[in-house]
Amino acid sequence: MQKEINPAYRIYPLGDRALSVDWGNRIDPDLNARSLALFDRLRRAALPGITNLVPAYSSLTLIFDPVALAGQYPGQQPYDVVRQQVLALLETQDAAAGPPPGRLVEIPVCYAPGYGPDLDALARSAGLSPETVIALHCFREYRVYMLGFLPGFAYLGRVDARIAAPRRASPRTHVPAGSVGIAGEQTGIYPQASPGGWNLIGRTPLRLFDARNADPTLLHPGDRVRFCPVSPEEFLKMSVAL
Amino acid sequence: MSLFVVKPGLLDTIQDRGRFGYAHLGIPTSGAMDPTALQLANALVANAPTEAVLEMHFPAPALRFETDTVFALAGADFDARAAGTPLPLNTPVIVRAGTDLVFQRPKSGARCYLAVRGGFALEPWLGSCSTDLAARAGGWQGRALQAGDRLPLRQAADYSAFLSGEGCRVMPWYIRLYRLHAESSGIRFLPGPEYGGLTEKSRQLLETAHWPIAPQSDRMGYRTSGPALELNEPLEMVSAAVTPGTLQLLPDGHFVVLMAGCQTTGGYPRIGHIIGADLPKLAQLRAGDRFRLEKVAMKTAVSATDHQAAWLQRVAYGAALKWKGQPSGLTK
Repeated sequence: MQKEINPAYRIYPLGDRALSVDWGNRIDPDLNARSLALFDRLRRAALPGITNLVPAYSSLTLIFDPVALAGQYPGQQPYDVVRQQVLALLETQDAAAGPPPGRLVEIPVCYAPGYGPDLDALARSAGLSPETVIALHCFREYRVYMLGFLPGFAYLGRVDARIAAPRRASPRTHVPAGSVGIAGEQTGIYPQASPGGWNLIGRTPLRLFDARNADPTLLHPGDRVRFCPVSPEEFLKMSVAL
Repeated sequence: MSLFVVKPGLLDTIQDRGRFGYAHLGIPTSGAMDPTALQLANALVANAPTEAVLEMHFPAPALRFETDTVFALAGADFDARAAGTPLPLNTPVIVRAGTDLVFQRPKSGARCYLAVRGGFALEPWLGSCSTDLAARAGGWQGRALQAGDRLPLRQAADYSAFLSGEGCRVMPWYIRLYRLHAESSGIRFLPGPEYGGLTEKSRQLLETAHWPIAPQSDRMGYRTSGPALELNEPLEMVSAAVTPGTLQLLPDGHFVVLMAGCQTTGGYPRIGHIIGADLPKLAQLRAGDRFRLEKVAMKTAVSATDHQAAWLQRVAYGAALKWKGQPSGLTK
């Protein structure tokens, strides 16, 4: 009998100190659910020698300390040890069982002129009114697929296809903290001022990243997000309160 | 009981082995660019290998010790002087309060590490004292040192009995770097998941060219400015994890080697990964320096790591023994 192989994922090394499980190179809620489900199981398993877990759109990467693993499993290659442990989890993972339901986080966004410098241009090229773009952006509940790029930067998806828009041809050198942008079918919020190429349609007064908090990021992988429109007055009031 | 910054250097930051367990929130590991020099400097002053040290570039800072202490320098050689005395690397130095430490010229390497006995008295952020410049957190106020800063030290001491009037005394022993790093002149790498997407010619080029490090290189990554590499067909990548050592191929055909301060994810093809044991060597190269790449197998990477870890362990053990043999006022 031919050995059954699971074609649903690939496992490969990222150098000698990391291993990736890759379900496909796509932004797809089902693939992301696999990554987040394994992320959840690995966090609870707390395997020795694993120093970081990086869930991404359709992959999960484990970063390990090869010296700690060599001490614990003498004679074995650290990558092989991690690979066997991950395989054991994957083989017992119920493919249908998703990740734990994320928290629902409401994020107030001011879409008024001056808060989202690309809103009008995006609306024009989509053939919609700015009000419709706002309504479509707020209508959906988004999933936090992953965090990366900057501390606390959450990649949310997917936006309504009608308001999806490619990155700006020339990135801005300064995007203010709290800016809400769209890039392709992704939407996200800049946690701090930085250069950036996403189309900016609004701004939130919330802090997405605060180093003083024990939990420094507002959003975590797997969280659900809803945007609610606020007026410039409410934006200012909330900014002051924070 | 502190280290006073008379004049800051180009980029002086507090770093330890890094911040682990927060990459899923986009929080990078940070940490020393040359982790072997970090461990070496700590071993020389009988600190734990996890202790935070000062990472310096050239131009390096002018510093003043405001307490008697024992310190050591490792990594790059910036021709250090304390109280006029030239200081060798990889040797512990006893210094009197009020003595200035200056660096005259970059003789070799890119990053010099200063460890003080007992370490710096800093509040860790998320379990680490590494400075994260992007998050503006960790280390010393989340930033590079500035003139007038006073870094508190954990240990105050009185070493006057061992200094007999001098400002500093170089201990009569040192650690020889013999066989810490591989003899090979190349920087070794493992092929990355998108390595196979390179054309045959580009794969050959990767191992035959001498890759210059471009001026726009920093703790986050080294840009290279050699010949452009080509893919068989364009690759559209969704964002996924990257690590220090990842070779990211940019759309213009040049590649970046991600270094200790890199972000947690990226969206460019990952054509390879420098093996962990060779990252310290790369971290000591400067803009304008060239390096060669050499493809190896996982087995080679593992034995290089084992060798390096055993070497560092022997050195820490040896240094601890040296300190044990000192008069009681000097033992830890």
